[in-house]
Amino acid sequence: MTTEAADTTEAPAPDDGTPLVELDAVSKYYGNIRALEGVSLEVHAGEISCVLGDNGAGKSTLIKIIAGLHQHDAGTFRIEGEETSLSSPREALDRGIATVYQDLAVVPLMPVWRNFFLGSEPTKGTGPFKRMDVEFMRKTTHAELLRMGIDLRDVDQPIGTLSGGERQCVAIARAVYFGAKVLVLDEPTAALGVKQSGVVLKYVAAARDAGLGVVLITHNPHHAYLVGNRFVLLKRGTMSGSHARDEITLDELTRQMAGGSELDDLRHELERAPAPDLKPDTGTPDAS
Amino acid sequence: MSTTAPAPGKPVADERLLKTSPLKKFLGRPELGSVVGAVAVFLFFAIVADSFLRAPSLATVLYAASTIGIMAVPVALLMIGGEFDLSAGVMVTTSALISSMFSYQMTANVWVGVGVSLLATLAIGVFNGVMLIRTDPPSFIITLGTFLMLTGMNLGFTKLISGTVSTKSISDMEGFASAKDVFASTITIGDVDFKITIVWWLAMVAIATWILLRTRAGNWIFAVGGGEQAARAVGVPVGRTKIGLYMGVAFGAWVSGQHLLFNYDVVQSGEGVGNELIYIIAAVIGGCLITGGYGSAVGAAVGALIFGMTSKGIVYAEWNPDWFKFFLGAMLLLATLLNAWVRKRAEATK
Repeated sequence: MTTEAADTTEAPAPDDGTPLVELDAVSKYYGNIRALEGVSLEVHAGEISCVLGDNGAGKSTLIKIIAGLHQHDAGTFRIEGEETSLSSPREALDRGIATVYQDLAVVPLMPVWRNFFLGSEPTKGTGPFKRMDVEFMRKTTHAELLRMGIDLRDVDQPIGTLSGGERQCVAIARAVYFGAKVLVLDEPTAALGVKQSGVVLKYVAAARDAGLGVVLITHNPHHAYLVGNRFVLLKRGTMSGSHARDEITLDELTRQMAGGSELDDLRHELERAPAPDLKPDTGTPDAS
Repeated sequence: MSTTAPAPGKPVADERLLKTSPLKKFLGRPELGSVVGAVAVFLFFAIVADSFLRAPSLATVLYAASTIGIMAVPVALLMIGGEFDLSAGVMVTTSALISSMFSYQMTANVWVGVGVSLLATLAIGVFNGVMLIRTDPPSFIITLGTFLMLTGMNLGFTKLISGTVSTKSISDMEGFASAKDVFASTITIGDVDFKITIVWWLAMVAIATWILLRTRAGNWIFAVGGGEQAARAVGVPVGRTKIGLYMGVAFGAWVSGQHLLFNYDVVQSGEGVGNELIYIIAAVIGGCLITGGYGSAVGAAVGALIFGMTSKGIVYAEWNPDWFKFFLGAMLLLATLLNAWVRKRAEATK
């Protein structure tokens, strides 16, 4: 595979053991609200670290710290062993951390090729005639997406006309193309159907195989277990578990994710409940 | 082009994608509604007003269109970037007043005043932009504040300095003739007189189109208007882009203001109020989405042309000009509906 800069810079990294990104007991407070407390996470090159948690568990806050949108209040945040605190998304990008957001990955009304290069447009010419290299941008966009299995006839179509899975793929392809070392994915499969989710997970795996370190945020343990190397579970802003893949089974992960004993309670409750009436037509009118 | 057809022997990846015809592509352009509207308005007045088609009349129409177009083009860019500027109308007057009064009070050469006016007007643009990105309220409110402050300052300072509501004549000052050449001269082609503002207008359309379609800044303008958070996340300098857009409007206000000054020699300090809406209407007729992220400079220029044709066409048709506003409102509604309809049809590729 010719994955641009990612191949050449990242190939030796898995051996030396220094995580690309490491969070150690990181906390974040919004005023008196404890959004995140004592969360640790390691991201290694060529591995996928999954962050699992229900709504409000602190996943978004964690992403924002790694992506440079917010700064952490306690603990340490290291990039390739060096302690740091990112001040902007631009700085995160410059340090090789690319974040793909669930809803905010792209600008829907803009053509695909403009989206692909947004923020890092190649130029040619000098002075007042400095302009975007449109031909190169179109060709590259088409070629890069083709490699991801998206055959666009028209890179000029607004990206909003693509399906949700394709949009995620464009965003992932973009991060890989621009030589990201760490790819942070915010719920990439949350709004997708089964088949689309599979397609996206395939590209997540492809990014991993290209040598990137991936942070996969999700609330779906099945998707996480398909590709993940380590799993961090968040619950109400704290870390409720951290496991390597060989330490945990999918069932156990699902159980922990759903809240362990809470799930057992739920099961009992559901077992007691009467089966739903399958004949709505003959039911009482006020049932609706 | 690499986009013509899928590779042979390979199954079509997405059977839902149909090939778009060039006609459909044209229908998808943001300018379309305004071009159709402009042709309709042109034909309408060509039929009802006998003198409309004469060359001097058309030159007058173009002049009327250019004075609006010089501002409508940067206002359209700002709207594509997702913001409004309600101070755009009075800023023109402010710019003219600064130029006139600084020249009259401080120096002997009007060009010094013109230069000071450029800096001061750009500073107002920067003020609008910085206030917007540093604080949270929508640009509608912030520039409404600037609009009111400028309106008050225009009247207040003019009365304070010259004692009346208009400025003193500067036509006998050094540099007036050359400045008039640049901002308010008349170019005669054949026996038809064209105002130089038409040149400024066309130049601004060309530059704005170049910026929008072919430069990085243009990409950023579409992005901050169409998805500010997404743009920020991929490293687009959102703040700088917006400040730049407000400076573009300020530049347009400066050009318009200087034209006002050197065309009439004196400036009425109460002018300009209400024009900001005309610029916005021209941009909307030209296909700019009011929510940002979509539109074109050419469309805004055509919007200004519709304005020019309507305002002068009513005169040539010898109707009561009181009806102008009614026509304007009807045109705005029709253009918006047509735009929405066209866009829906063109984008419904499924």
